[in-house]
Amino acid sequence: MEQIVLFSILNGLVFGMLLFMLSSGLTLIFGMMGVLNFAHASFYMLGAYFAYTLASRVGFWPALVLAPVLVGLLGALVERHGLRRVHRFGHVAELIFTFGVAIVIEELVQLVWGRPAKSYQVPAALDFPLFHLFGSAFPAYKAFMLLVSVAIFVFIFAILTRTRAGLIIQASLTHPGMVAMLGHNVPRVFMIVFGIGCALAAVAGVIAGPVLGTFPGMAQVLGSVVFVVVVVGGLGSLSGAFVASLLIGTLQTFAVALNVSVGNVLMAVGVPAAASAALHDVWKVTVAQVAPILPYLLLVLVLMIRPTGLFGTRET
Amino acid sequence: MRKLKNVLLLCLTLAMVTGLATQATPADPIKIAFVDPLSGPFAATGENGLNQFKYAAEAINKSGGMLGRQLEIVGFDNKVSPQESLIQLKKVIGDGIPFVFQGNSSGVAHAISDAVQKHNERNAGNRVLYLNYSAVDPALTNDKCHFWHFRFDAEADMKMAALTDVIAANKNIKKMYIIGQDYSFGKAVADGAVAMLGKKRPDVQIVGNELHPIGKVKDFSPYVQKIVASGADAVITGNWGADMVALAKAANDGGLKVPFYTYYAASDGVTAAIGAAGVDRIRLVHESHPGNPNAPKALSEYITGYRKLHPQNDVNQPRIHTALNMLALAVKKAGTVDVDKVAAALEGMEYTNLSGDQVIMRRQDHQLQMPIYISVHTNKNIQHDLDASGFGLSLESKVDRDKATQPTTCKMQRPS
Amino acid sequence: MKAADAPTAARRLAVADVGRAGVLRGYGVWLTAAVVLIVLPWVVRTGAAVPIMNQMGIAIVFALSFNMLLGQGGMLSFGHAVYFGLGGFLAAHALNLAGRGTLYLPVPLLPLVGGLGGLAFAALFGTFSTSRAGTVFSMVSLAVAELMAASSLIFDRFFGGEEGITTNRAKAPLLLGLEFTRDRQVYYLIAFWVLLAAIAMYAFSRTPIGRMANAVRDNPERAEFVGYSQRWVRYISFCAAGFFAGIAGGLFALNYEILTAENMGLNASGVVLLMTFIGGIGSFVGPILGAIVFTFLQSMLSDYTGIWLLYLGILFLATVLFVPIGMAGVLMLHAPAWRARRVGRLAGPYLVAGVCGLVAAVGVIGLLEMLHALVAADTPSGVRRLFWTAVSLRSVLPWLVFTGLAAAGALGLRWAGPRAAAAFADANRAGAGR
Repeated sequence: MEQIVLFSILNGLVFGMLLFMLSSGLTLIFGMMGVLNFAHASFYMLGAYFAYTLASRVGFWPALVLAPVLVGLLGALVERHGLRRVHRFGHVAELIFTFGVAIVIEELVQLVWGRPAKSYQVPAALDFPLFHLFGSAFPAYKAFMLLVSVAIFVFIFAILTRTRAGLIIQASLTHPGMVAMLGHNVPRVFMIVFGIGCALAAVAGVIAGPVLGTFPGMAQVLGSVVFVVVVVGGLGSLSGAFVASLLIGTLQTFAVALNVSVGNVLMAVGVPAAASAALHDVWKVTVAQVAPILPYLLLVLVLMIRPTGLFGTRET
Repeated sequence: MRKLKNVLLLCLTLAMVTGLATQATPADPIKIAFVDPLSGPFAATGENGLNQFKYAAEAINKSGGMLGRQLEIVGFDNKVSPQESLIQLKKVIGDGIPFVFQGNSSGVAHAISDAVQKHNERNAGNRVLYLNYSAVDPALTNDKCHFWHFRFDAEADMKMAALTDVIAANKNIKKMYIIGQDYSFGKAVADGAVAMLGKKRPDVQIVGNELHPIGKVKDFSPYVQKIVASGADAVITGNWGADMVALAKAANDGGLKVPFYTYYAASDGVTAAIGAAGVDRIRLVHESHPGNPNAPKALSEYITGYRKLHPQNDVNQPRIHTALNMLALAVKKAGTVDVDKVAAALEGMEYTNLSGDQVIMRRQDHQLQMPIYISVHTNKNIQHDLDASGFGLSLESKVDRDKATQPTTCKMQRPS
Repeated sequence: MKAADAPTAARRLAVADVGRAGVLRGYGVWLTAAVVLIVLPWVVRTGAAVPIMNQMGIAIVFALSFNMLLGQGGMLSFGHAVYFGLGGFLAAHALNLAGRGTLYLPVPLLPLVGGLGGLAFAALFGTFSTSRAGTVFSMVSLAVAELMAASSLIFDRFFGGEEGITTNRAKAPLLLGLEFTRDRQVYYLIAFWVLLAAIAMYAFSRTPIGRMANAVRDNPERAEFVGYSQRWVRYISFCAAGFFAGIAGGLFALNYEILTAENMGLNASGVVLLMTFIGGIGSFVGPILGAIVFTFLQSMLSDYTGIWLLYLGILFLATVLFVPIGMAGVLMLHAPAWRARRVGRLAGPYLVAGVCGLVAAVGVIGLLEMLHALVAADTPSGVRRLFWTAVSLRSVLPWLVFTGLAAAGALGLRWAGPRAAAAFADANRAGAGR
């Protein structure tokens, strides 16, 4: 039991921090531009695929830097020539645009790299178990993932709170009109933030690709969950995204670890076993089975009770 | 006025449908429809299947074809969607093609089987035959069986019978963990494993029986932790595709060294993606000799010939060769492509396949009876690798036809 | 600034609203539509035509209901297929009960069961999803879609697991001795319901509440001052959209005699967004046009290429970027010039631009297809037939030719595009001057 708890915490942390890397970019973009970028997870996928190709040419470490830079540039291009164009049609049009970008990126990835999963492997230098506890191993690569995501976290906070550029970004989050009045080129700030957000997603893709698999559906698998994180945390709130990421990361790993069925829970709260016949299908469902849909339940609940999200200050 | 323009546009569109559809009905070759995914996430599997059909058809054509006519395999993209499959099936019927092959996804198979049965009952003059080369849900040849459906793959219970025979013989296995995707096939595997292990090895303890949502799990490490904590000696899983790859990788990362008995952990990129993580861990239950070591000569030549044409792809479904050749024999025996007569000729037909095994199409339920093989994922002594990865499958054990056979509840109704 | 953005947006997308009132007035249009629907199966007589037209009919009702939300109400839903699917499942179960004789339900009334099912669930889920508009609405619809997709695998008694629920329309009681076994018989039933639903949805958009939906979309605050609760208006629109989506689901159950989880999945919801938007969300005929074109492409394009979804994605993206008013919107824009009989002037410049666009498209398609053939490695011979010519993948020439075509077409478009636009402006100016 201790083993399950310990490893669940570790895995929850790794997964939660990975979610944070994705959601931090998304929430920054939303906070500034009011755009919920549907294609955000697609840039995560592009990160993994770019890194897969680069790693086989120049090695994993250069790829870790190069792939996010490339994806960031691509993101900036999409903002400059696509998003900015549809911006005048409003948020619904922007949302629809990013939805289209997500479809086209997924299809292009299949066109260029083919449909089967790619064998993007963990770099040899990190391919060993870091420690053994209670008979199961914790791979060094996961520790590395944790390290990278913590570093990124520190980096973002340092930039936002300690630099001039960060101040401008923070100001544009809340008072874009005022920032423009002061003579800053707000569209350019938007483009840079969009590019950086995409690059952050790509970093997540580069380091998650070998563990979670590199295949054309990888964006869809993570895409909706990242939305949940951002909305639950509060749209535009970085600290909210951080808390929500860890919350959902650990929620999911712990739900899997529990061997409890809905029937057990209902019995525990005093619903008589006789009800089981009527609710047969619900009764036998285990918490582990529904683990991946818990985030969506959480989302609906949060939006019903507190539409601004946990840490948010505004609704849309 | 505007409406009129729209109407004109509609007519134009439909005229195009007409034009496109009539193009494709020259009388000479016998057409055979292949309805499977040719686009989208499962296209790799579908395309490889189509290529294997074309390769098998070429050999038949070289030796004279069917009734002196050439075979032509026509691909129809069903996008693994039941709805699209039915639209494509209507196109097949509209083109006057009498034979339909399909295999990917039991959900689609049920949709097609049901639609074919209804169509044949309602349109006696224009029937089609559904030849299922890969969908393994037992119900298709049990409760849902009908005269116009034939299955050339071993259904899930036959495979499970073979698998549990092998597990029963292995005295080292005391604790078994079952994990699968939360849908009909995953459940069928779990139920079959529990029932058959309970009969053959009551002393084996089922320490876990887990279903996870299909295609939604991002990280399998928590599941692996549970398997480790349960102290299992072996794992049975029906997972396929990305779920299989991710499970194998998480098992490797988590230091889980026990054998995994699987149904679909090979080819179509899965072997390459699992790579070293699966060596001596992943076992596969399937219907053909794996090609290593010492493949039968016919199989070896077949694989080599195919790899020459498609260096990146594998002969992962030798049953395609079996199915097409048995159809050709049935057409020859019936002397016509009339669906009812060909179906009657297929019933009870015997055939020697590429692995050198004698297989027989059982009359009662149209389920092909065959021996089952169990192989292990390795890179040692591999003659015919998979995914051009250096990794491949090596034969571990073989379960005879009589041992793998399963009873059926089918009450076949034949058209009078 | 942001709060004001969303409404103006939807209003701008709905540019073509202006021309609508004049175009669809009178009963003549509906009568013509009815006649066309009756005649169609006798005009196109190939095996696949009737089944595809049946699918188009279902898609038309579904897309129209989707546009009640997006076009008329400004609500972007990522989970509209939930109501389509739930309505369809209920209809399939009802048909099974009717087949067993436990329920008297003639086949022609089945879509109504689906509609009521869709309405019931929309009324339930609408209580919390319509409390807000904009992004929050979209996110809640996404969450509901994910929840329902997951539940469809858990509640397998109702949803039938992976195999879905099959049913048989031949076993239900007859109404007026009408039998529905053949595709053509089903076609007429679907056509009847499509017409009925279209008229009803059009009528709904003319009612005060339908008008208020537009007002709430454009400016919720002012709508509240008039005395309407914006939340209530959204809720009513949402329920109505759910009802008609359910009717489409019922038609689906009738036509295919099977419903599976994919019918209510995220992809189904995405497809209806694509088809509606390509058709044009600003006018009533837009979704109809989109449903017809999209269904046709979806079913036929895959006979020719494995990357049809990429083409549809590019088409969608191009629509969003360059013509957000959609196909119907573009047609509507030409109404004044048509009335002024000056469309003839446009033919020349449009033809030039069209040829340039075609050349560019041939180039791009050629490049994409060659890349696809190379990567998918399904052409061992290295020769792929493209545009009626055999193209060798391994020689440089075809790559150069297609790149050249794409570049030349793009350059040509840059030259011809502004000219065509100028001609259009000219025709309109002249039209206004009359």
